[in-house]
Amino acid sequence: MDSLKETNVDTAEKLGLLPEEYEKIKNLLGRKPNFNEISIYSVMWSEHCSYKNSITWLKTLPREGPHMMAKAGEENAGLVDIGDKLACAFKIESHNHPSAIEPYQGAATGVGGINRDIFTMGARPVAQLNSLRFGNIKNERTKMLMKGVVKGIGDYGNAFGVPTVGGEVYFEDCYNTNILVNAMSVGVVPHGKTVKAISYGEGNPVFIVGSATGKDGIHGATFASGDLHESSHEDLPSVQVGDPFQEKLLLEATLEVIETGAVVGMQDMGAAGIICSTSEMSAKGEHGMVIHLDKVPTRQANMEPWEILLSESQERMLIVGIKGREDEIYKVFEKWDLNCTHIGEVTTGGQLKFYMNGTLVADVNADSLVLGGGAPVYKRDYKEPAYIKANKSFDINKIAVPSDLKEVAMQLAGHPNICSRRWVYTQYDSMVGTVNMSTNRPSDAAIVNIKNSKKAIAVTVDCNARYVYADPETGCAIAVAEAARNIVCSGGVPSAVTNCLNFGNPYNPEVYWQFVHSIKGMGKACEKFQTPVTGGNVSFYNQSKTGNEEVPVYPTPTIGMIGLVENKNKIATLDFKNEGDHIFLIGASANDIASSQYLVHVHGVANSPAPQFDLDEEYNVQQVVKDLIAQQLVQSVHDVSDGGLFISLLESAMHRDLGFDIITDEEIRKDAFLFGESQSRIVVTVNEEQLDDFLNAVTAMDVEFTNIGQVTSGSILIDQESFGVVSDYKTLYNTSIENELTHS
Amino acid sequence: MKFGVVIFPGSNCDEDMVYVLRNIMKQEVEKLWHKEHSLKGCDFIVLPGGFSYGDHLRSGAIAQLSPIMQEVKEFAAKGGFVFGVCNGFQILCESQLLPGALLHNTHHQFVCKNVFIKAETDETIITSSLKIGAPIKIPVAHGEGRFYADEKTLAAIENNNQVIFRYCDENGYVTEESNPNGALNNIAGICNEGRNVFGMMPHPERAADAVLGNTDGLAIFKSMLNFVSA
Repeated sequence: MDSLKETNVDTAEKLGLLPEEYEKIKNLLGRKPNFNEISIYSVMWSEHCSYKNSITWLKTLPREGPHMMAKAGEENAGLVDIGDKLACAFKIESHNHPSAIEPYQGAATGVGGINRDIFTMGARPVAQLNSLRFGNIKNERTKMLMKGVVKGIGDYGNAFGVPTVGGEVYFEDCYNTNILVNAMSVGVVPHGKTVKAISYGEGNPVFIVGSATGKDGIHGATFASGDLHESSHEDLPSVQVGDPFQEKLLLEATLEVIETGAVVGMQDMGAAGIICSTSEMSAKGEHGMVIHLDKVPTRQANMEPWEILLSESQERMLIVGIKGREDEIYKVFEKWDLNCTHIGEVTTGGQLKFYMNGTLVADVNADSLVLGGGAPVYKRDYKEPAYIKANKSFDINKIAVPSDLKEVAMQLAGHPNICSRRWVYTQYDSMVGTVNMSTNRPSDAAIVNIKNSKKAIAVTVDCNARYVYADPETGCAIAVAEAARNIVCSGGVPSAVTNCLNFGNPYNPEVYWQFVHSIKGMGKACEKFQTPVTGGNVSFYNQSKTGNEEVPVYPTPTIGMIGLVENKNKIATLDFKNEGDHIFLIGASANDIASSQYLVHVHGVANSPAPQFDLDEEYNVQQVVKDLIAQQLVQSVHDVSDGGLFISLLESAMHRDLGFDIITDEEIRKDAFLFGESQSRIVVTVNEEQLDDFLNAVTAMDVEFTNIGQVTSGSILIDQESFGVVSDYKTLYNTSIENELTHS
Repeated sequence: MKFGVVIFPGSNCDEDMVYVLRNIMKQEVEKLWHKEHSLKGCDFIVLPGGFSYGDHLRSGAIAQLSPIMQEVKEFAAKGGFVFGVCNGFQILCESQLLPGALLHNTHHQFVCKNVFIKAETDETIITSSLKIGAPIKIPVAHGEGRFYADEKTLAAIENNNQVIFRYCDENGYVTEESNPNGALNNIAGICNEGRNVFGMMPHPERAADAVLGNTDGLAIFKSMLNFVSA
């Protein structure tokens, strides 16, 4: 067998390992690794599995919080106590590169992977979200990618049967080549029913369950297939293929097998397949395993040991059972017509021994492979990129206020970064499970009902990557703040965060500077909101090549946040309710148009700082709004974000075909007042009967607030000038994306 | 009244249906696993939405061959009540318990949104408490929901008063814009000639819990109970 031959440093480098890493492997083994072993180290020490270039900084993020049950990295996903003897498991993950190559399968398997992370812990997924970044919507390639990604997410998630309740979509040229597809899943599990990704107990059986293993998704090692069996790499698809029906069966079978009590530990197989789950479970349980790779059900004949070890075939799990109770496990998988194959045993000591037809083909120490064990950890150099200086020199006074602001309002309402995502979200089943409380009552965050309880969960994903690009520390703090704000504006209390860190090449010091400063901003904001980071994923190398230059995507640290709604009768919604209601702006207006959609897309100015933001002020505004909602003094609540105050008002008005009549602030430029994106502002409406109570309450609170006008029956008036009627904007807002995609 | 909800391995609206029947309508509900050969004495069989056996081929094409469906066919032939929603409707057409077929939506996209439908007849047990022609808001969620039948079959369905629901706008007008999938004659739901087997694409079980802000679907469930207790 060729894969048993000794390897050299050249092979290691071709697999993406550094020469010093090859030396380290030799020292760990006390000999030269064979090809199977070097393949194992190459994937386990890849950034994806080992976080070697990011872990130093990730460890600085707050991990403790009042509701935490499992800390970051301890389990497949974070676990938060939501009361009533229930816990919430949630995580976000990227599938960027596969989706850029094959959008349909790339996105679909991203959805599959993140859901497995949730149900492998014993939690039933109850909601899905996603965060998507595409290039310029005018490009044919963008349209093709977008159609594929949305269909992929829809077809997988819809059949799997978990509602997609929220998400975000942005278009920027920096994602023309390298799109971003981040998928999040949220699950619920009763206390005491969770399962750990752990293995222990000498002699306990190890099972592989679910789909058969094929040659799909073998990343790190694909190149080397040429060395092993001539040019066969051409038939190795680098993107996995998903089957939501298998995933659905696996979900039900997994939850049922946990009920038997015959399971010691379980881990899904995602990146790096069998080798990842065997090593991580064994390292955590401080045991070893003997695994017979020839027993693994395969889709193709004659698979090499390293192919079986590294395959990323979807819809599979590794289960360690209790010896003597094998039949209970078999019975469940038989019911669901799924493979369940006994492939090995747990051993003492920490060694993983893989056999193929009786021959030992790889012999490695589990702990040496994993994060926190033998995997390398690096500190990278970083330096401030040149463009930051240019951003700081931005001067609002050099931008003239346009004469026709109504025209600007129209332009923004139809802009792909602002308009309705209806074309996207109607392709997702958002209502299966009958828990989506936001279908008929929209709020800033999606509200997921917990049946038979007073409570609900609020969920959101947020990241304005333009702000992060402009100023990573402030921009990333804003991403956290916006997520928290969305939850507060819906009547929830922010609980915890999962992050998906999409950046360029970490070996580029300017990219690493963006990374480091994003983490700093995230850390500060998460401390302030008491929302610990429970886990997530890092995706480096998101870049495109123009000529010989690598251009990184905007630093895009997507924040997934969950919050708790203690009393689902006190959910706040964003739509204006009645003509005549008073409109108040909570928080201060500012003479600020920095990094706004308005500045970028109307004036074409790319360089400016992040919008004005003060963490303490933000926190204060959120507390005020939280209290106003709790006292039930407001009819609607909606934050000001992309497109500024005007768009926020428009979004609230459109649901019931109402309008608004407002007065701007003389102290502030009219364009900044209407379209600026300075942070920490929330629009609320109050009815006449409660006006006095509202004013008494809000005056007693230490916050700036302004009565800016009233809700109308449909006309839009600004300083008594007509901006048309809401229906003028509604069609444009609703159909802008579908017009781009269907009329090409 | 004992309801039986059939569960195929890829059903995913089964629990939603059980929840409405059991927790909201306070009825006895039995779950019927697809591999079983007995309807366990149920009086009313419901086929829920989902993707039965993955539906890689044609929605419902494999499901109609399952063990439990042989029992359902026999039950329906004897006049037993059978109600299919979404994938359940597709399975009933594939099983030839209902006429016609459900094809890919004309726009070739999955579509999930609230739509309006109106009852065309109150002479069925699922529309007996509905006001004819009054629009109700019920969500759809499907990729293959375009009702189709050949000319002769369609004429028979219409003449026999077998159309039970049509897509309409919020004012009750049957328009092209209000048709979410290109269904012939805006047909959203039908019954068989014997008026004991019913299928509809929209999901009334998604519009039956007050906590979700829309209870227009409750009237359909109430109709079933009214009829049976009457």
